[in-house]
Amino acid sequence: MSGPLKLSLTRRYRFAASHRLYSPAFSADENNRLYGKCGNPYGHGHNYVVEVTITGPVDPETGMVANLGELDPFVEREIIEPFDHKYLNEEVAEFRESVPTSENICREIYRRLQGFPAAQLERVRIEETSNNSFEFAGECGTPNEGMR
Amino acid sequence: MIRVTRKLEFSASHFYHNPNFSAEANRRIFGKCNNPHGHGHNYVLEVTVAGEPDPSTGMVLDLKELKDILQREVADRMDHRHLNYEVPELAGKIPTCENIAAVIWRLLEPKITKGRLDRVRVYESPDLFADCTAEPNGAGGRG
Repeated sequence: MSGPLKLSLTRRYRFAASHRLYSPAFSADENNRLYGKCGNPYGHGHNYVVEVTITGPVDPETGMVANLGELDPFVEREIIEPFDHKYLNEEVAEFRESVPTSENICREIYRRLQGFPAAQLERVRIEETSNNSFEFAGECGTPNEGMR
Repeated sequence: MIRVTRKLEFSASHFYHNPNFSAEANRRIFGKCNNPHGHGHNYVLEVTVAGEPDPSTGMVLDLKELKDILQREVADRMDHRHLNYEVPELAGKIPTCENIAAVIWRLLEPKITKGRLDRVRVYESPDLFADCTAEPNGAGGRG
């Protein structure tokens, strides 16, 4: 007989936004060397994919870790509305203070989703393009690291 | 350690309904998934087995054997079936991708004799999937 199981649910969402990679801490030359064409002062955009993974006990009455009827509007309110079709550097307050790299976007999305009341947030993974993806599972790493 | 993943697609119908709930609660909680006529998905199953490759074969396990196990345990049971009515392991359960993943884990775990079952992932659509793994602090699914 096998032991207790851990279930997680992952949902993919999308938003489109523009950004510019530029740090005032560096000279123009250093910015140029570091960020290359991503530093174009007019900005550029991506179709971002956000993968949200939640975990927790499966409710025997619903068969669910959490109801998408709760998760979808939560992600819509916390992430999609404030990020979709926006210029991240100016229109998302956190990126007035930090460079909107995908690493920082990933952590910011994780921070905003941590308050989901119906299940535990396990991981946020974002795709900036189909070739680049970034994951954040909290400062302690992936909760299931121990079994790997 | 190496992880080996094999994929299987199957198509099945289902609907969500809990007889303990009122008709109104069923509609509110399950939304359009509550349609009693059912609806279907092309499910994608990814089964991951972890282990050390056998030095003589270079394999964690023979993928042909895994393919046969998936055919027998999953496809023969669930492909082109109505999950609410035709899969005894799901009887009395809401056939969500969480529950389907857990049922598939229980079916496969004793059949994997080389390496150990690491993860069962069930995609209901490209934008929604459930992962089932052994609870890290539990018995480890190997007992």
